[in-house]
Amino acid sequence: MSLLKPGHRGCAGCCDALAGKFVLDAIGEDCIVVSPTGCLEVFTTPYPESAWGVPWIHSLFENAAAVASGVEAALKSLGKKNNTKVIAIGGDGATLDIGLQAISGAFERGHDFTYICVDNEAYMNTGIQRSGATPLYASTTTSPAGKVSFGNPLHKKNMPAIIAAHGSPYVATASIAYAPDMMKKVKKATEIKGPTYVHVHAPCCTGWKFESSKTIEVGRLAVETALWPLYEMENGVVTNVRKLKNRKPVEEYLKMQGRFKHLFTMEGGLEEIKKIQAIADWNVKHFGLE
Amino acid sequence: MRKSMVVVEGSYAVAHAVKVCKPNVISAYPITPQTHIVEDLAQFAADGEMNCEYMNVESEFSAISALIGASAAGARTYSSTTSQGLALMHEALFNASGMRLPIVMTVVNRALSAPINIWNDQQDSISQRDTGWIQLYAEDVQEAADMTPQLYKLAENEDILLPAMSCMDGFILSHVYEPVILLEQSLTDEFLPAYNPEFVLDPKNPMSFGAFADPSTYTEFRYKQEKAMGVALGKIEEIANEFKDIYGRYYGGLIDGYVLDDAEIVIMAMGSVIGTIKDTIDVLRSEGESVGLLKVRSFRPFPRDAIRAALKNAKVVITLDKNISIGKNEGALCTEVKACLYNTDTRVPVIGFMLGHGGRDIPISMIKKLINKAKLVEKGIFVESEYADLREDLA
Repeated sequence: MSLLKPGHRGCAGCCDALAGKFVLDAIGEDCIVVSPTGCLEVFTTPYPESAWGVPWIHSLFENAAAVASGVEAALKSLGKKNNTKVIAIGGDGATLDIGLQAISGAFERGHDFTYICVDNEAYMNTGIQRSGATPLYASTTTSPAGKVSFGNPLHKKNMPAIIAAHGSPYVATASIAYAPDMMKKVKKATEIKGPTYVHVHAPCCTGWKFESSKTIEVGRLAVETALWPLYEMENGVVTNVRKLKNRKPVEEYLKMQGRFKHLFTMEGGLEEIKKIQAIADWNVKHFGLE
Repeated sequence: MRKSMVVVEGSYAVAHAVKVCKPNVISAYPITPQTHIVEDLAQFAADGEMNCEYMNVESEFSAISALIGASAAGARTYSSTTSQGLALMHEALFNASGMRLPIVMTVVNRALSAPINIWNDQQDSISQRDTGWIQLYAEDVQEAADMTPQLYKLAENEDILLPAMSCMDGFILSHVYEPVILLEQSLTDEFLPAYNPEFVLDPKNPMSFGAFADPSTYTEFRYKQEKAMGVALGKIEEIANEFKDIYGRYYGGLIDGYVLDDAEIVIMAMGSVIGTIKDTIDVLRSEGESVGLLKVRSFRPFPRDAIRAALKNAKVVITLDKNISIGKNEGALCTEVKACLYNTDTRVPVIGFMLGHGGRDIPISMIKKLINKAKLVEKGIFVESEYADLREDLA
């Protein structure tokens, strides 16, 4: 049985539940997990129940990296660090927005821990509000499409680059739609000494508005259209990318999701899709995906 | 001055006290604003005098957050902060007490912005009154130092498990050089047992900390914190006496009296102003005035029964507050003393005075003035509470 046990309250097709399971499958039981506030925390620990088969702590929304650094410092001080892995698993809001300062501090201090961002591109737990990870033109409850708006007007923040700039020895992107690749990267991250980072793309059927059976399919299309490039960086240098053989146009990814529906119905929407295609084209060029 | 005494800065005395308590993890942000406590601890660590992880974090919010993680992982933890830094910690203070983590922190009391001001008052810690932390207030440097092992012993008691603040007045205690006895390692080892918590983050025995509690369970978590505070209420005096047995020093447990028993006018206060009040009382007593002091050492838990008993014979009570609840025109001590007397037969007038805010000095002449004002009560309660040291040219 997985160390993230069944019976939790995750939605059917939940990306967080898959991510949590893959992380623990990759690492095994010798770890301590820190979760900021978010779906994963809420649906796994309705007191007095807990789905966690490993030691787990949730403190607040914005401090998971600081809490994890304290756990690591305590293990070191008490002579209990040995091979125990300290892991933080946070959502995109907890990582790119409200928790960014604590993450920056923890990476600067060089704690031996791994931070995993499970990125479903908005605040799903609280009702699909926009975050710094929400992509261009996604309609959310705080960046809705409307008569004079195509939805979120801002680009997704490049978090892996921010972490890499801290001198992290290992930064990787992954997707829950590519489980073996993701697990390999998570394991590698935990085996490298120092603060390491894995940014996992995680389609949320509830927030993105697609059938709960399509989570993996949507995740694959993000990669196949080059909107979510899979790569590894070691000491700030890209060392590995997942090449694309038959790249698909971004429309194939967008049209599956209700959050982009307005681009296909509003006047001028198709023209705006070109801007999203340009993001994919930039990724191809920048990471050498083809 | 006794032979074993040394003249050191208040901050150093506290840092030294922390050192002999052997914390495993210290985490602090060095400013907003800070004191020399964490600098002295950093030096101890740099000199190899402490076997601990010293974390330089990027804010007070992360300072307390890191200690939450460290404490849950089984470490004895310490931080120190003041004014803005404490305010920044606010959310995490609730979290630490809710998860029953016995973190000990020295709060060097200072004013809050705006206007920005780095000097002493107690608005900072009083504003954290309801966060579920034990709060003791020190009268002088020696007491501030001695409170440190007392608070570890209290906080880590398995029937309490609450975080604790040792509050000491900024500058007046933190930056003053006073003769003190630095806490002896051997006595501290005897007084303070090693920390061996039952509930820790351990892969061999996985537990979940910080679960999600819905309306069917949340209330009982809070109730148990309150119950633990009740246990602390009984233990504070006990631990103060154990400390006295080993170190030979005692400052009161929950409260302390100074020529209190026959006093008609009782002054109540917390912190360093106690010394000034005692000096004032000495003068007035020599002049035949019936004045006494009731020092409140423990503000949380609030010693309701002890205060009721101590005020039984008082004719008038005046409270001194280095804080204000704006909109109530009253300081916290005044409000709480009034509230604790309400359901009793003790019908003594309580007059609140707010003073010493933002570092304004409180001289003996001011205490005398307030005592004279208190006498007016014989003709009826003239004021519930007021600022005692306003500058008329600015007010």
